[in-house]
Parts: sequence; C-alpha cells; structure tokens
Amino acid sequence: MATQPPTSEPTTPKFTARLHSPQLPRWVPWALVAGAVAVGLALHLMVGWGWALTIVACWLGYVVVLVAVSGRVEGRRKAKDRLATSLVTTAFVLALLPLGSLLWQVVSNGLPAINSSFLNSSMRNVVGEGGGIFHALWGTLIVTSLAALMSIPIGLATGIYLVEYGNGRMARWITFLVDVMTGIPSIVAGLFAYALFVIFFGEGVRMGFGGAVALSVLMIPLVVRSTEEMLKLVPNELREASYALGVPKWRTIVKVVLPTAIAGIITGITIAIARVIGETAPLLIICGATDSVNFNPFDGRMMTLPVYIYSQYKNPGFPPEFGIERAWGAALVLTVIVMALNLVARLISYYFSPKTKA
Amino acid sequence: MAKSIDVSDLDIYYGDFLAVEGVTIPIAARSVTAFIGPSGCGKSTFLRSLNRMHEVIPGARVEGKILIDGADLYDPDVDPVEVRRQIGMVFQRPNPFPTMSIAENVLAGMRLNSRKLKKTEASEIVESSLRRANLWNEVKDRLTKPGSSLSGGQQQRLCIARAIAVQPQVLLMDEPCSALDPISTTAIEDLIHELREDYTIVIVTHNMQQAARVSETTAFFNLAGVGRPGHLIEYGPTTKIFTTPENPATEAYISGRFG
Ligand SMILES: Nc1ncnc2c1ncn2[C@@H]1O[C@H](COP(=O)(O)OP(=O)(O)OP(=O)(O)O)[C@@H](O)[C@H]1O
Ligand SMILES: [Mg+2]
Repeated sequence: MATQPPTSEPTTPKFTARLHSPQLPRWVPWALVAGAVAVGLALHLMVGWGWALTIVACWLGYVVVLVAVSGRVEGRRKAKDRLATSLVTTAFVLALLPLGSLLWQVVSNGLPAINSSFLNSSMRNVVGEGGGIFHALWGTLIVTSLAALMSIPIGLATGIYLVEYGNGRMARWITFLVDVMTGIPSIVAGLFAYALFVIFFGEGVRMGFGGAVALSVLMIPLVVRSTEEMLKLVPNELREASYALGVPKWRTIVKVVLPTAIAGIITGITIAIARVIGETAPLLIICGATDSVNFNPFDGRMMTLPVYIYSQYKNPGFPPEFGIERAWGAALVLTVIVMALNLVARLISYYFSPKTKA
Repeated sequence: MAKSIDVSDLDIYYGDFLAVEGVTIPIAARSVTAFIGPSGCGKSTFLRSLNRMHEVIPGARVEGKILIDGADLYDPDVDPVEVRRQIGMVFQRPNPFPTMSIAENVLAGMRLNSRKLKKTEASEIVESSLRRANLWNEVKDRLTKPGSSLSGGQQQRLCIARAIAVQPQVLLMDEPCSALDPISTTAIEDLIHELREDYTIVIVTHNMQQAARVSETTAFFNLAGVGRPGHLIEYGPTTKIFTTPENPATEAYISGRFG
C-alpha cells in the first residue's frame, strides 16, 4: 500500500495508505532468543565465560538487537513498545526468581520429611530420629482460628462503620489508629499480649489464647483496610437505588452493599489469615514452645508451626540432621497451608463476585 | 391513594452551594407533571428532594416547605424510609442490583424489606411489572440471569419495573426514556398514561414532544449562568406552556432558540 504512486486518485484520503504499517513476523523475537541462547552457550563453553556474565550479556544483546531491528523495520513507536515489553518481562522474571527458588528449596528439603508419622506424632520424648508436627499443626490451627474469630467481626464492623456511617472526627481518629496498628512490629504485639495476660494470670503466663490475641492485633487492621477498600468500590447508585425503594440503611448494608462486596472482603480476610499464620515472634513470647500436644488454648504452652520450625532449627537435637529435616518439613506444611489459603481466596472471589455475564 | 405535593419557596443546597432557589409549585394528585430545562439547572436535584433522596448525599440539605397531602415532608418526625416507600423513583442512570437476577431485581422492593410473598404472587408481580415496562418479552426466558447482563435500555426498563412493582403512590422519573428506542419510549409513555389513573407522576425529560405528549402540567427550570442557582421560571398547563408561555426564556427554550 505504501508503494502506491502519489499520482493515483487525488480524492483518496491520505490515511488509507497508512492503515497498514510494516510489522516484524511473529517468529523474529523467538529466533533472536534462540540466537542469543546459542551465542551464550558458545561463549560459556568455548570462551569460558561464567554463567552470570553470559546470561547478562546475552540478554543485553537480545534486547539491543531486537529494538534495533524493530526500529529499522517497524518504526520508532513499535521499537519503544518492544523495549518496554522486554524490560517489563525482565522485571517479572527477576521478581519471580526468589519465589521460584524459595519454593524449590522448601519442597526439595521438606518433602523427604513428610510422611504419616511426621504429621501424626508430636515431639514428646523424641531426641534424634522420628517425631513430628502434630502438636504444632493443631496449635497453629487453634491459635489462628481463634485470632480470625476475634478479628473478623471487629475488623468487619469497623470497616463498615468507617465507610457507611463514619464521617468527621471519630472516623478520622479510627482511620489514624488503624494505620498505626498496621505498623506495629509483630514482636510488640506479642509483648502487648503478654503484658495483658500477666495482669490476669501473673508473671510467666503462657497460653494459646494469648497468641490469638497477639495475632488479632496484627490481623484487625488488615481486615479493616480490605473491608474498607471493598466497600468503597460499591457504587453509591446501588445504595441510592435501595433507599429509593424504602429500604432502611442497615438492611441496605446487609442485603445490597455487603453481597456486592463480599467476594473482595472474604478474599481480603483469607489473605489476612495467610499473613498472620506465619508469625513467629509474638507466639514465641506468649504461646511458648512445647513438645507435647495441647488442645486447650486457655491452659499452658502451645506449639505452633513457625515456633516449631524455629526451635527445631535452633535445637535440632542429636544427631542434628533430623531436627533440620523436621524444620524443613514443617516449613513445607506451613507454605502449603498459606498457598492453599491464597487459592481459596481466588476461588471465593471467582464464585462470589457479582456475575455480569449471562 | 394518590398524593398531591405542595412546594413552597424551596432552596436546595449541596454543602454551601445553592443549587436550586425559591421553587414554589403545586403538583396535583393523579396528574403527570413534566420538568424541562437545560442541563445542570437542577431538575434532578429538585426531583430528589421530593422523596428525601437529596439528603442521602453528604452535606446536602433543603430549606423551605414541601407538603405531601398537607403533611410537612421535612418535619423532624417524618421517617424518610416510610416516605420513600410511598414515593418511588426511577434514576437518571439505570442502577440494577448486580448481585440479583432479573426477577429478584423486580422484587427487590419487597425482598429487601423482607416482605413475605407467595411464589405465585411473586411471579405475578414480576410478570405484570415487566410487561408494563415493556421488557417481559425480551427477558421472560432468562429471569434468573443477572440484572447487569442486560443492555443499557433494558436496564432502564428493569429499573422502571422495579419502581412500579412496589406500587408507590407518587412516581418520580428522571429521564426514564433517555436510553430507549421509539418503541420502548411509546410503551413507557403508555405506562405513564395508565399509571396516571391512580398515581401522581413527575417526569424529567429533555424531549419536548414527550413532555407535550404525556404531561398535563409542565414546569420550566433555568439557570442564569454557571455557578448560579437554578430557578423555576414558570409552570402551567402543558398546552399553554408550549403555545403561549408567559416568560420569553421559556418561549426561547421550547422553540429551540437557546439551551
Ligand atoms: N452530588 C452533587 N454534589 C454537588 N453538586 C451537585 C451534585 N449533583 C448535582 N450538583 C450540581 O447541582 C446542579 C444541578 O444538577 P442536576 O443534576 O440537578 O441538574 P439537571 O437539571 O438534572 O441536569 P441534567 O439535565 O443534565 O440531568 C449542577 O450545577 C450540579 O453541578
Ligand atoms: Mg438530571
């Protein structure tokens, strides 16, 4: 089209000739990748460059060649687009590397430890081989559930108050305090819970419930924030539509606003749980560490997975490799729980969000 | 059943901004009143003050008097929730509930207020409301599909169906036909004719022909300039407003020479 002689139809608008612009064939970037890999292998094997140097050099070469070729063939705008795409992809890969490597470490080190006796026995009377995480798994489930049980109603109610009712001084103060709470270091939350329980139970108190209180101090601001954000996304028009039908405000909140935002709210709560389930420091202070099973959160020490990992690593027993292996196994279980929670969050937001398609 | 509305010297504010000033107008029971006027002159604002939807906006307030069948609408003892049950509203922008199906949207006025409905009763209300809003034929096979899956004009008719399903005694309609094709517009106008027998209807429209077709009384709003409050310029029988208006501004507006 671009080769059309300028003498053709004077009435033809100019832009018709420009609807098509030259474009690199789809295979070109891939061919360049293959070329870069080949060159890299050659440099590494024959010239003897190190891996890191080779990868960086080939990546740079790839980007420069691609942008140059694209600039010649496709023009400046598309060359810039290719450059930006390359940079974004690089950033993505860099961000993914630690995650991938972490998962790999945890799985490869932890998997050998996992078996039914590992999941079903505590550390009672175990010095070397054997033992497991039964007590810590239950401890984590109990403490985290109690924390969620306390944080969800408080956080939800606060979020609703801030968005639906709060205006003026009171709401501003609450928002400020929630922000402060978000920034509390987790060890301080643990010390707070300890100090609180010392008032009632005396010096040296240890109990699972105290851990739950410490975790809710960390979890409440997360729930408040996510609830607030989600409720703010609900368009005002829906509230007005409900009011105009003569529906009182509280019914509007319960039956219109919350159902519209529920997917996001539950997702936020799930992620908040996933976030506090791995807390170690506060639990170390108030829950303590033990080798035995304890199902009663109101009485005595309670083991939890993060503390278990810490103590197995710190005091692996004799010979030490079994303790280290148990620590990795527990780390794997904890990671799986967190990932499962994230997966649940995705599923919830998929199934609960308002459907727009028929 | 139907209620008359008496507005005297009403000022409407958004915070410190005076949006509408000094409106005095009687609205007869069992009649159709049309509000016309250029964009931004305060028609929606005034309409929303008639069922106390205005105060839902933070900082918004009104001064003056509105009497509904002689009772002060803004009396401190009046429950706005009760007011809105009797004075229904169709909004300028369609706003179906995204979490509800088409049928649930129609029944929202009862369901959200937890009114018990027998199944047959419910489906009767759904069908008759949708029929009157000229939407039944398009949606009768997918009543359980989400309300937000409809087109813009269909959503508008769904909102009309939702508003009439609760049988309000006064119906406020803010440009109910702005997104509708001529066929649906005719259907809505027929609906208005039919509802006039029992209810009081106030409609905002930018369509002069529509105002002329459906209303007995027409009120013309105008504003002196940007940032100035809107005023009710004049009101009267529709035929008179459209043939021999008293104010030259009205004359200019309806003859299309301005606005
Ligand atoms: N929520 C609000 N907050 C502050 N000012 C508002 C708000 N809504 C409307 N206004 C202002 O009030 C005035 C009247 O607005 P209104 O929506 O009543 O106009 P309208 O006559 O309905 O216009 P249109 O024909 O375009 O719908 C405008 O100046 C507008 O900017
Ligand atoms: Mg309007």
